[in-house]
Amino acid sequence: MRTLMFLLQKEFRQIFRNAMILRMIIAMPIIQLLIMPMAADFEIKNITISIVDHDRSSYSQKLVNKIIASGYFRLNDYSSSFHESFGEFQNDNSDLILEIPLNFEKDLVRENSSDLFIAVNAINGTKASVGSSYLGRIISDYNSDIRLQRSEPQQMTASHLIEITTLNWFNPFLNYPFFMVPGILVVLVTMVGAFMCALNIVKEKEVGTIEQINVTPIKKYIFILGKLIPFWLIGIFIFSIGLFIIARFVYGIIPMGSVIVLYSFLGIYLIALLGIGLIISTYSNTQQQAMSLAFFCMMIFLLMSGLFTPIESMPEWAKVIAKCNPVTYFIEVMRMVVLKGSGFSDLIWQFLIICGMAVFFNTWAIVNYKKTS
Amino acid sequence: MVDVQVTNISKSYGQERQNAVDQVSFSVSKGELFGLIGPDGCGKTSLFRILTTLLLPDSGTASVNGFDIVKDFREIRRRVGYMPGKFSLYPDLTVEENLHFFATLFDTTIKANYDLIKDIYVQIAPFKDRRAGKLSGGMKQKLALCCALIHRPTVLFLDEPTTGVDTVSRKEFWEMLKLLKGEGITILVSTPYMDEATLCERIALIQKGTIMSIDTPDQIIHQFPKKIYAVMARNMGALLADLRSIQHISSCNAFGQYHHITFQDEDVRTPRKLIEELEYRGHVDMEITLIDPTIEDCFINLMDRHGN
Repeated sequence: MRTLMFLLQKEFRQIFRNAMILRMIIAMPIIQLLIMPMAADFEIKNITISIVDHDRSSYSQKLVNKIIASGYFRLNDYSSSFHESFGEFQNDNSDLILEIPLNFEKDLVRENSSDLFIAVNAINGTKASVGSSYLGRIISDYNSDIRLQRSEPQQMTASHLIEITTLNWFNPFLNYPFFMVPGILVVLVTMVGAFMCALNIVKEKEVGTIEQINVTPIKKYIFILGKLIPFWLIGIFIFSIGLFIIARFVYGIIPMGSVIVLYSFLGIYLIALLGIGLIISTYSNTQQQAMSLAFFCMMIFLLMSGLFTPIESMPEWAKVIAKCNPVTYFIEVMRMVVLKGSGFSDLIWQFLIICGMAVFFNTWAIVNYKKTS
Repeated sequence: MVDVQVTNISKSYGQERQNAVDQVSFSVSKGELFGLIGPDGCGKTSLFRILTTLLLPDSGTASVNGFDIVKDFREIRRRVGYMPGKFSLYPDLTVEENLHFFATLFDTTIKANYDLIKDIYVQIAPFKDRRAGKLSGGMKQKLALCCALIHRPTVLFLDEPTTGVDTVSRKEFWEMLKLLKGEGITILVSTPYMDEATLCERIALIQKGTIMSIDTPDQIIHQFPKKIYAVMARNMGALLADLRSIQHISSCNAFGQYHHITFQDEDVRTPRKLIEELEYRGHVDMEITLIDPTIEDCFINLMDRHGN
């Protein structure tokens, strides 16, 4: 026990003496939490649109005004030839073309129907689908406007209109950072667990100090514990800075659910992650190898975690990978507790899985550690 | 009393299965200063790593302090001090912190064993707050030795302690080893420098994982089978080529400013004949003297014999 205390003391002394690591521990959570949620905004604005108006009537004018006034679209050009606008489209200057046919107003008034044509640049899939659905909504809105205008007052009751009102639960203002910040906190903790811990152990191998340690009577598990505990604490520290300082004071995010549930999950999650760090360290002999391996794992963990893209929309095989990814569960738990206020009873499944992962990764690490030494 | 007993230890690495250590046996008595002498890659470090329980041998047995290196590795770790060839203390901890750290790992304190390291530690004490990574080569060696001694080991393994260290520090280092010997610590030291061999009480000459000879340095020199002469002339390069072309010279090697040669026959008149022959070939300022063989002569001689 005394030896362990001393190992920890030595470990912290080394960490605090390494200016680079110290800066990373303090600055990384702050910078990442400040930059990423602000920049990565999925709400699409500034969609450029080309409007080809063959009609030039008051109706078509009204539609154009409505589209521009919505704030989502920026008018790139307003022409009377599709060909001209298509050029703009090809040069990537506009994302959408709306073609208003000749006699648009006349047909609407006389025959009660008319057609519109929309062409979408689908290179950026999200932008294309969001843009065309916005446009669709504006047009249908416009459609109901003119129907109301043109129908006689007594007919009003007869026209069947379904009005949709949406209420956004758990994140009423669709505030994007509310969704992102809890996820990014998880990423930060993961970096500390997997990266720093692995690098630290491999450094001892690279410098050769592990040789000197190995000839002492110190027990292996004490040595390993001496390596894991500091990073477990640092992980919790970074998480706390992120949650109680940045998330609260910059984004105004206050966890709806119990902080105790969050921290208990964090504790187990970090054990699992440190296990992964340990696995990486047993497979690599130099810090460079460890770095590459950790980076590879990190990329997969992040992209397959549901942080950016929802897991539900992944193909089946990708869902399987995402389900084996510890990051997935922590992000899920974070969002559920912070935004929805879920309690322990809602999260039993996630707790069980992360416990299983902690046991699995650490067993793997220990077995492999024994093999290599 | 035997402190280190090695019996038929072998170890090989990699796919080619070339033996790094091949059927090595020797024993070291308590309080002895034992040297393993051999070139780089001859298996010295592997042998040390086996004896300090860092590496498992493929076959053979060994014991340190009467404990088996495989079964009782924990006991051995408690009792031996090991100083690897590469500096392996924490460069980001200070001199004092390193020492304190290793003392704690052995569940002891600097104070308890200060008398043992005092003579060495006073030399680095002025730098005790300096980070170990910022010390000079000689200082690093001294600190490493202190750390290896801090738990008062009964056997000390020093793997090439003087490699890459300047002449003055090397000399000082050997002085320190003599002091430690006085404390009754058994010391095994490996070195590629043949001139350090005579500083050991007994040496083992190693080549390609096998021991060629084990004895006191004097005995090994004494066992040199032939008379050896040092030859010098103005043009040493041409001399070497000529000496090697002469039939009745059995060995010829360049040693600093002389070439060391041995003859096929031990006739006292042979050197004179050689001088005449060389003068005939146009060499001037020649000098030939009968000398005592050095350990290096012995090593080369043994190596040639084993090679054939």
